[in-house]
Amino acid sequence: MPLIMGMSVLLACQFAGELLARGLAMPVPGPVLGMVILLVGLIVRGQVPASLRQTGEGLLRYLTLLFVPAGVGLMVHARLIGMDLVPIGVTLVGSTALTLAVTGWVLQRSQRRRSARGEP
Amino acid sequence: MNVVPLDQLWVYLSGHPLLSLLVTLLAFLVAVRINRALGGTPLVHPVTLAIALLIGFLLLADIEYATYFEGAQFIHFLLGPATVALAIPLYDHRERIRRLLWPLLLACGVGIVTAVGSTLGLAMLMGAQPETLLTLAPRSVTSPIAMGIAEQIGGIPSLAAGLVLLTGSIGCALGPGIFRLLGIRDPAVQGFTLGLAAHGFGTAHAFARIGAVAGAFSGLAMGVTGLLTAFLLPLIVTLFGL
Repeated sequence: MPLIMGMSVLLACQFAGELLARGLAMPVPGPVLGMVILLVGLIVRGQVPASLRQTGEGLLRYLTLLFVPAGVGLMVHARLIGMDLVPIGVTLVGSTALTLAVTGWVLQRSQRRRSARGEP
Repeated sequence: MNVVPLDQLWVYLSGHPLLSLLVTLLAFLVAVRINRALGGTPLVHPVTLAIALLIGFLLLADIEYATYFEGAQFIHFLLGPATVALAIPLYDHRERIRRLLWPLLLACGVGIVTAVGSTLGLAMLMGAQPETLLTLAPRSVTSPIAMGIAEQIGGIPSLAAGLVLLTGSIGCALGPGIFRLLGIRDPAVQGFTLGLAAHGFGTAHAFARIGAVAGAFSGLAMGVTGLLTAFLLPLIVTLFGL
């Protein structure tokens, strides 16, 4: 029953993350904290159990599909978006392009400088 | 044999979770096929296409989003455990992440300031309304975090979630071109950049198109960006005098 084992571990981590986020009133979603919890657990354990890997990688392979239901929710906001269509469109495209370019450039530069200095 | 009239059958089906689930999967399959037929172009992302197909279907069939979501929530729910599962590729690539820790943190800080600063600046220049402005501000982080932030600074949470998704698909469409332009070939850098600028969408794209290393770095960027933005954004918004 590797699927059930793996899913239980994932859900338990999400549950713990959810409790932590609510309990400490943090502005961070439970699953993100759950990810941190699982990562700490894996580091402590020193390996990924086969059951967890099977379930986790299966879910990650179809990650794009999981965004579809929330995305369809855009139809509810069609009117709101229509009112500010040009500013929203220009801002989204322009700012996303700039963010991609700046982040990629900074990371590539700083990574190269690091390897050029001969650091491990 | 008694045959039930078609319209009666439709009333039953259209309110049933089964239909929403089935059309979601079918729309995704069709979208992936169309994308493949177009040579896998990033300009028509399968997710964006699937969403467009579904919105068209719901409008044609006159089904409300709330009714649709009752069925589709079973797929939506899996986003939670899938986010947790991102810890697995992170663990697999922990050595590489540890080596690159400082460049990654630097890129993350610069990226967040660029994302929020350029969003607010551009939207102000274009004359967006204050409420739209505050809703746009958190658009580059994953939707649950963005909704929380939008609420905190005075935007519209549910619209924020929609803008986050648009950002994600735009990021996936623009990414490959920008990487080619800047000569970025390292999958780790590509993944991290996509995760920062296009959150979960970018991460999913990195996994599906670039590979496991890119996916791991993308998940890392998404998580850290979400966490840092939640703390940084209220400060940046105050700087802009909003």
